[in-house]
Amino acid sequence: MKPQLEDGQVIDGFRLVDPLESGGMASFWRVAREGDDLPMLMKIPLLRPGEDPLTIIGYEVEQMILPRLTGPHVPRFVAAGDFERPYIVMEFIHGTSVKSLLEKTPLPSTEVAAIGAMIAFALHDIHRQHVLHLDLKPSNVILRKDNAVLIDFGLSRHDQLPDLVQEEAEGPVGTGAYIAPEQILGDRSDPRSDLFALGVIMYFLATGERPFGEPQRADNWRRRLWRDPVPPRGRNASVPPWLQEAILRCLEVDPEERYATAAQLAFDLQHPDQITLTQRAARLKQDDTITVGWRRLRMWRNPPVSMRRALTTHLANAPIVLVAIDLEPAHEALNHAVAVAVRRVLATEPNARLACINVLKLARLSLDKLEDSQGRNPHLGRLVGLKHWTRAIPLAPDRITYHVLEGTDPARLIIDYARQNRVDHIVVGARGASMLRRYLGSVSAHVVAEAPCTVTVVRAHADVAGESTENSAQEA
Amino acid sequence: MWIGLFSDIHANREALEASLAHARASGISRLIFLGDYVGYGADPGFAVDTVMREVELGAVALLGNHDAAIEAGTRDMNPVAAEAIDWTRPRLERRQREFLSRLPLTFEDNNRLFVHASAHAPAHWEYITSVASASRSFMATRAQVTFCGHVHVPELYHLSPTGKIAGFQPVQAVEIPLLAQRRWLVVMGSVGQPRDYNPAACYGALDTERNALIYVRVPYDNETAARKVRDAGLPQILSLRLIEGA
Repeated sequence: MKPQLEDGQVIDGFRLVDPLESGGMASFWRVAREGDDLPMLMKIPLLRPGEDPLTIIGYEVEQMILPRLTGPHVPRFVAAGDFERPYIVMEFIHGTSVKSLLEKTPLPSTEVAAIGAMIAFALHDIHRQHVLHLDLKPSNVILRKDNAVLIDFGLSRHDQLPDLVQEEAEGPVGTGAYIAPEQILGDRSDPRSDLFALGVIMYFLATGERPFGEPQRADNWRRRLWRDPVPPRGRNASVPPWLQEAILRCLEVDPEERYATAAQLAFDLQHPDQITLTQRAARLKQDDTITVGWRRLRMWRNPPVSMRRALTTHLANAPIVLVAIDLEPAHEALNHAVAVAVRRVLATEPNARLACINVLKLARLSLDKLEDSQGRNPHLGRLVGLKHWTRAIPLAPDRITYHVLEGTDPARLIIDYARQNRVDHIVVGARGASMLRRYLGSVSAHVVAEAPCTVTVVRAHADVAGESTENSAQEA
Repeated sequence: MWIGLFSDIHANREALEASLAHARASGISRLIFLGDYVGYGADPGFAVDTVMREVELGAVALLGNHDAAIEAGTRDMNPVAAEAIDWTRPRLERRQREFLSRLPLTFEDNNRLFVHASAHAPAHWEYITSVASASRSFMATRAQVTFCGHVHVPELYHLSPTGKIAGFQPVQAVEIPLLAQRRWLVVMGSVGQPRDYNPAACYGALDTERNALIYVRVPYDNETAARKVRDAGLPQILSLRLIEGA
């Protein structure tokens, strides 16, 4: 046995300051290091003889994955111990654990959506770094003022590294209340498993109850493959249909029926009025016994097959595409060319979503009226114009959203919108090349220079035959 | 320090030159050759001379089964491999043959074992193509990490602290931490005759300080290498393999 740890003890330059509540598989200490201001936490795995081998493996996995993750949604990795003295030191995250919110449930729907979007952004960030969390639950999410931080990567998987958990475990690994159906069937390669767990968290926050209870034994996890949960509105009548739609879509048994990416889920949670309501939103009761019986029989006869794709391929197939449209009649030829370019971008991406943006430019110095001369809200007319334009885009209505942004600087509005919504690709028209634009800088040039993603700039020009054609320049 | 691991060059001058240039440009400061410098390809003399020069500069070179067959004969080889060795033998100078005949089967350094085929009976040239053959190699050594080649298909086997062995197909250019708690068997791909449906040359880059490994792929002028094999009158299939990478 190793000697007990105590306050003031120094391990590899880290002074133990304060013991924290210890988890089942590890003990935690606040630690400090000479000349280092970062608040730090040391996680020491409890490697006792006879301990669940997954404790050891979880420590290895975290040691392998955490150093590779960067950004605001994960604790920063600081150091790891060696074989003789295993530990991991990481950034200590100040914030509120989602677990601590559970006693205040049910939460108001706006709060559930805001928390859901924060967690979805965190998931999208790690997915883009090739990592699937695969054990998302309230105790593994810490909320800070502006973002959510994911912790405990002990059961995670890196898409490009050996999956140590898969190789160690005999059966499915996860937490009974949150584990996704495909994980129960042994598939640890689908990023949408994390969306399922997030759906369970949102359900819990919105209703105060877990959709599938808390089954401890893995034998009982399978039930969620055929038995649908009580719809959130059946438990809490104040849950709005749009939130139920989003939650139940996350909880679909077939990952193909869920949101394609965490960014697309976050997008909906940030724009509740744009969520297309389906029969999911209307349900108040669970399916009847006969439907469930048939589903179970079907599941037994044709168990779902996993379609393993590389994580980056999956994300690339489900981009959020932003298109900025100027509705002035003078730009009809350009808007036609933009539609052609958008169709081309969407052609190869079956899970894409399109956000159509129109900018309502406000004069810098005057107070603009919110109504036109006939007392109509100018937004309305623009939404009608945007919807009309998308008639040329062959995409299901639930994949298109419409947004009128207001401000003095159109390029800045488009860039900020793209950043806030994790947009993958911007399509924007170049409105010509007048002297004035050359001196002041065009919107498209500004967007190209500062956008956080790929930008396609579309030009329209009358050719000899008088028909407009388009060609586009890509900047990645 | 970064070490370059070169296996199964097989007399492919174009692949060797491109891989060495890539390794030098990537900050590799030491080379370990895991055997099979000759056989299959059209430039055996060049391959052996290059390795001899690197060895004089401090590199380590191990014996492969094709190198051994120059002297020992081709009894255990398939007809195509045997034909290539019989073509190669008269094209090597005496000093080159002597160099090959003096090469060791294994090299150990700091808890790492280097061998051409398997730690289990290295001179029997067992192919590591399954968990079973990987397990025999793990049992035969105490080294934490074993590096080998011979199969021409990259694979990374690992033995968990609880005794489970699994294989993993490495993704090129991704750094893999060789965690201290487990043992690893690194099957390198081939520099001069890849067979994993990717014709690019493969070599390994190991950071000895952090115990991290990268499988590197280097595209090279395989059409020239293939044409030289054809022009030399070697079996057609050997030329095709360089184009297909299989």
